[in-house]
Amino acid sequence: TDHFRMIFQYFQSNSESVMNGICGLLALASIKTYTCFDFSCPCLPWYNMAYGFGIMFVPPVALFLCGLILNRQSLVMLEEWRRPQGHRKKDLAVIRYMCSSIVQRAMVAPVVWIIVTLLDGKCLICAFSASMDPKKFVGFANASLVQVQQLLAKVPCKDDELMRNNTSRKAVSRYLRCWSQALGWSILLILIVAAFLARWLRPCFNQATLLQAHHWSNYIDIEQRIFEETCCEHSRLFAHKCILHFFESMRQEIKLHSFSLPREGEGAEGKEDLLWGITDHDQVNKLLKMWYYEKPPLDVSQVTQR
Amino acid sequence: MDKFRMIFQFLQSNQESFMNGICGIMALASAQIYSAFDFNCPCLPHYNLAYGLGILLVPPFILFLMGFVLNNNISMLAEEWRRPQGQRGKDRAVLRYMFCSMAQRAMIAPAVWVSVTLLDGKCITCAFCTSVPVETLGNTSHPSLSQGEMKQVLARIPCKEIYNGQELIANEVAVRYLRCISQALGWCFVLLMTTLAFLVRSLRPCFTQAAFLKSRYWSHYIDIERKLFDETCAEHARSFAKVCIQQFFKGMSTDPAAARCHPPRKAPGDTGEGAEKLLGITDQGTMNMALKSWHRCKPPLHLHPAALPSGNSWAGEGQPPTHPPVPRRETAAYYSWV
Repeated sequence: TDHFRMIFQYFQSNSESVMNGICGLLALASIKTYTCFDFSCPCLPWYNMAYGFGIMFVPPVALFLCGLILNRQSLVMLEEWRRPQGHRKKDLAVIRYMCSSIVQRAMVAPVVWIIVTLLDGKCLICAFSASMDPKKFVGFANASLVQVQQLLAKVPCKDDELMRNNTSRKAVSRYLRCWSQALGWSILLILIVAAFLARWLRPCFNQATLLQAHHWSNYIDIEQRIFEETCCEHSRLFAHKCILHFFESMRQEIKLHSFSLPREGEGAEGKEDLLWGITDHDQVNKLLKMWYYEKPPLDVSQVTQR
Repeated sequence: MDKFRMIFQFLQSNQESFMNGICGIMALASAQIYSAFDFNCPCLPHYNLAYGLGILLVPPFILFLMGFVLNNNISMLAEEWRRPQGQRGKDRAVLRYMFCSMAQRAMIAPAVWVSVTLLDGKCITCAFCTSVPVETLGNTSHPSLSQGEMKQVLARIPCKEIYNGQELIANEVAVRYLRCISQALGWCFVLLMTTLAFLVRSLRPCFTQAAFLKSRYWSHYIDIERKLFDETCAEHARSFAKVCIQQFFKGMSTDPAAARCHPPRKAPGDTGEGAEKLLGITDQGTMNMALKSWHRCKPPLHLHPAALPSGNSWAGEGQPPTHPPVPRRETAAYYSWV
């Protein structure tokens, strides 16, 4: 567990590293989800295409939204965008920078899903098997049109009784898979070339503005965090004073009502009484009832004046 | 755990060691992706060559570019290349060194992929099965087929289940032949790569060692300088934010608008440690006002020098002391964004 803690600390040290870490985790989760998912093509003429495209495009949308939700910076950016101007000018370049970095990170998991889907091939085979040209494949050339549609739709189901040993089924399957894999690799190639060009060419345009936008977006994030910490700290002190005041007023009330011998020697002024003068069952019950029925007001200005 | 921490720190300390780590991970990932990838030869005459060569060459190119993309030094290199000269001269040798070291590291994962592919043999079998020499390996007494039909039959060699040319040429014979060639190519490639790497490493000290040491030093320096600059900026932003927020809270408690609802019950100069830590906000109304104001009206990015800790480089930096605190808030917007 020690090295987990170290890795965790490394990622926590920098908020960008945290976001990169979340992005990587989502990508791995996306691959794992795909391998665990039990793909089952319906093997019926129109349902195939709906199912195939659904599996290829709906989970990426969900993953994209997850990527936006899990990223703390998206809330910070929204707040910066919608706040009234007040005393501090708004810099659109900073907001644009934050938006683009959030969207880039959120796009990684959906893209990974789509590419893994294409490289695996099952989705495309399911979606397009019924749209194949039967003349290209020997086993399907002689059947009537309606029959051929039904047969082709059954191609993704290996265990169907009609399809079990059909060599043309394997030919169709292989053909579609080849196209699916080619499409997957091409998309990956295009994306990597785009990422490479973006990284290489970015310093050529407006590097100074970029540095400024990066710095101020970082600043806004830090400021929000420190504000939250200060508020927490403040509310802790506030609560402490409020409760001390409450116990003190309880103690004074008990002193007023109690008939016990006044114990001068106790040094009530000098020594701090940890029990606040509440020393028996009834007094504690009274205190608890008072805490529930009559909570003290949120105002410690008198306490701090002492 | 101590050893692990030391290794981790060692890898982190130097950008080059970190990049070596990433390079190793990518090489392993490349081998893993190849074994996870489901190779699926189309077994059709022209598709075979396209598919086989595609799988042999496209992923290495992708891995090569990914090696550049994942390397943080690339933006450093581009920045160093494009920056205006200013007061610091530019040294071409340093840029060349950085580029060469990045390119060398990025070449490892593609080389691993190509070697693994060739040694495994499926790609070459798929791509070149239609070029198998039937005259020498096959059954010459078989009635001859037309060129197109022969190609169709040969194209099915990688797909054993649908192969129908057993009389023409035995499947195992063709596959064994192609595999043998593929593995020979694979080992030659591995030998070539290792020889090149060996030559590059061992010949370099014979030429230009002094220049090399200089380039390496200055490229490390640029990297460390950039990292330190980023850390200093972050540190500065943190201190700036702390002081800004403290001043905001203080401003809240003495603000006349807040005082209208809750007249201040204490003089500003008074009080004990408790009020100090509470930043002057002691009741619900003032706190609500502070929170509302934080959203509606964020404070300007302009710290009052009187409140700054001594020794801070900000103190006394160009803020004319004659401006009274209240009007400064309105003009501060001009100074806000650096």
